[in-house]
Amino acid sequence: MGYDLNFAVVWRNFDKIWGGLLLSLELAVLSIAIGIVIGLALALAHVSGGRLVRGLIATYVETIRNVPLILLVYLVFYGLPQVVDIRYGATTSFVVTLSVYAGAYLVEVFRAGLEAIPGGLIDAGRALGLTPWQRFAHVRLPTMTRISLPALSNTFISLFKDTSIASVIAVPELTWGAQWINLNTFRIVEAYLIATAMYLFTGYVLLFLLRLLEWRFRVTRNA
Amino acid sequence: MTEPLLSIRGLRKSFGTTEVLKSIDLNVERGEVVSVIGPSGSGKTTLLRCVNFLESYEGGSIKIDGVEVGFAEGRRRRGERSLARMRAETGMVFQSFNLFPHLTAADNVMLGLRKVRGKSRDEARAIAEKWLDRVGLSQKADALPAELSGGQQQRVGIARAVAMEPKILLLDEITSALDPELVGEVLEVVRGLAAEGMTMLMVTHEIAFARDAADRIVFMFDGTVAAEGPPTELLAQVDDHPRLAAFLARFRASHF
Amino acid sequence: MLDAMIYALPFLMKGLWVTVLVSVLTVSISLCAGVLLGCGLVYGPLPLRLLVRLFSDTIRGIPILVLIFFVYYGFPAIGVDFAAFWAAVTALTLFKTAQVIEYLRGAVQSIPKGQTEAGMAIGLTFRERLTSVIFPQALRRFLPPWINGVTDAVKGSALVSLLGVTDLMHSINQVIGRTYEALPLYILGALIYFVINYTLSLLSRRLERRFSFTQA
Repeated sequence: MGYDLNFAVVWRNFDKIWGGLLLSLELAVLSIAIGIVIGLALALAHVSGGRLVRGLIATYVETIRNVPLILLVYLVFYGLPQVVDIRYGATTSFVVTLSVYAGAYLVEVFRAGLEAIPGGLIDAGRALGLTPWQRFAHVRLPTMTRISLPALSNTFISLFKDTSIASVIAVPELTWGAQWINLNTFRIVEAYLIATAMYLFTGYVLLFLLRLLEWRFRVTRNA
Repeated sequence: MTEPLLSIRGLRKSFGTTEVLKSIDLNVERGEVVSVIGPSGSGKTTLLRCVNFLESYEGGSIKIDGVEVGFAEGRRRRGERSLARMRAETGMVFQSFNLFPHLTAADNVMLGLRKVRGKSRDEARAIAEKWLDRVGLSQKADALPAELSGGQQQRVGIARAVAMEPKILLLDEITSALDPELVGEVLEVVRGLAAEGMTMLMVTHEIAFARDAADRIVFMFDGTVAAEGPPTELLAQVDDHPRLAAFLARFRASHF
Repeated sequence: MLDAMIYALPFLMKGLWVTVLVSVLTVSISLCAGVLLGCGLVYGPLPLRLLVRLFSDTIRGIPILVLIFFVYYGFPAIGVDFAAFWAAVTALTLFKTAQVIEYLRGAVQSIPKGQTEAGMAIGLTFRERLTSVIFPQALRRFLPPWINGVTDAVKGSALVSLLGVTDLMHSINQVIGRTYEALPLYILGALIYFVINYTLSLLSRRLERRFSFTQA
């Protein structure tokens, strides 16, 4: 066996880990924010659009969901600049990729949420004399949000884990930090143990916070 | 005097800290039809589920033909095998039918016959067809439950229970989940079984049916037997039993 | 654009073969391990249930990439020597096993309690209930999400390229390294992955519709 755990080296370089974690969270938050905009817009378009619109959206969704994220990351970072006159850093490129990725999953989440709204609610809105926009803003949107919250939470936590892929284009997030320590200090096990622990811990904290949020906005109230 | 088929003495059961059955005494003679009625929370379904040990009980005894249901000699919990054999002697029909969705109606009836009674496939099929015919569903023998109406599914459920030739049939609010127009066909079947001498313990909301078909009505309230007796007697003496009177009044009020 | 794709195709096909190999190995081993552990989670004694729960939650709580690196770098450190290929397969298998455990748990626990009770009521023993009532229904609830999950194995396999395993993703990058035409290659690669995974996804959906009669 002969491997002695030496965490001191890791602590010396903890800034890479901690900074990496913060960046991972930032990436996740940015991506889900943009992803929500994309997802919501497309979900609404899907529900009210014709066959062409629905077909296009389906193509987008299916493509993103069936292709490995790492390939998408490479494609956006290395591939696009070859044809489009665009130049961006790795981080920006990754946020773009992950947002588009998130959008594809969120379209489904929001579409399901919209379809799960009981028809009776919309009828009630009509009966009250609300205009379509009012119905949207005051009935459909709030209800859909509450229904979609659990799926949204899960997507966010997934995205947080997916930020690890950013390490392949040298974005200095958590996994990259662990790799750096590994390759520069050879403290392999310690580096990844810490990274694992941070992902797990953060995941649980996020889960806890999100469950709190869900509870606050829950749709059913049990007797 | 012969021993009753089902003999319940001092039955006690709690869910956590809540006592649900508070020392129940009840007998069911061979060939008798006993109907248990009462408000929700009175413990009537729990009582039924103790008889085939779907619920365990902490105190008292339940004996079928003199044999204790849940425990073997010396108050030891029955083993898996022994419990299964006991349960084969009781038939149960459920409120939500609980048909096996991946099996046809005939297969549903045949499963117990083949695995528990050891019948061959042909024997089991013949028995299943006979009972499905009895409940008026010979046309639907090869249909899946998803293709049947609620009333039809429940009739298959009855066939499945009765085909095992149990000593006693336990009916747990079997029409509560049915649309009103489908209730009649199910009650018809039960009436027929009662006429043929099937011993039955039935928990039901159908007071009128209980009055007509049962030999005895047991009124439960808050975990005890508050009143019991033959239907006509009991309903005539309703003034002696204020809780029963209140229950029936509420029942009549909501049904007219 | 098209020339670049045509040039690359034979190389990519070799890489595709490795991808398929990795995926098939991952899926089959994780199926066996996952079903076994899943049964342990549902029917086993408390210590086993806690262990499986811990395993499953831990694995699913970390990114696949971290798992892959952990196995690849970590095992040699404790003296177990692994070819990159097997390190990758091991890591992916661990990941999929945790998923399979969840699918199994979901499949069995979504069966209404009344089914078990109906089985008890006609006198079936635990084993008889398991084979005649629970298993047939669990299988039908397990298969659609599991087949869909195979796409995760295929997508995850692309990460093994980072360990130098010459799969499809690696071949793509290799060819790009020579020709410098990135976009056509990535698009071609995306297409190949898409065809594989979309087919699986359609199959899963078809099965789900077919088995919907068990969702009472």
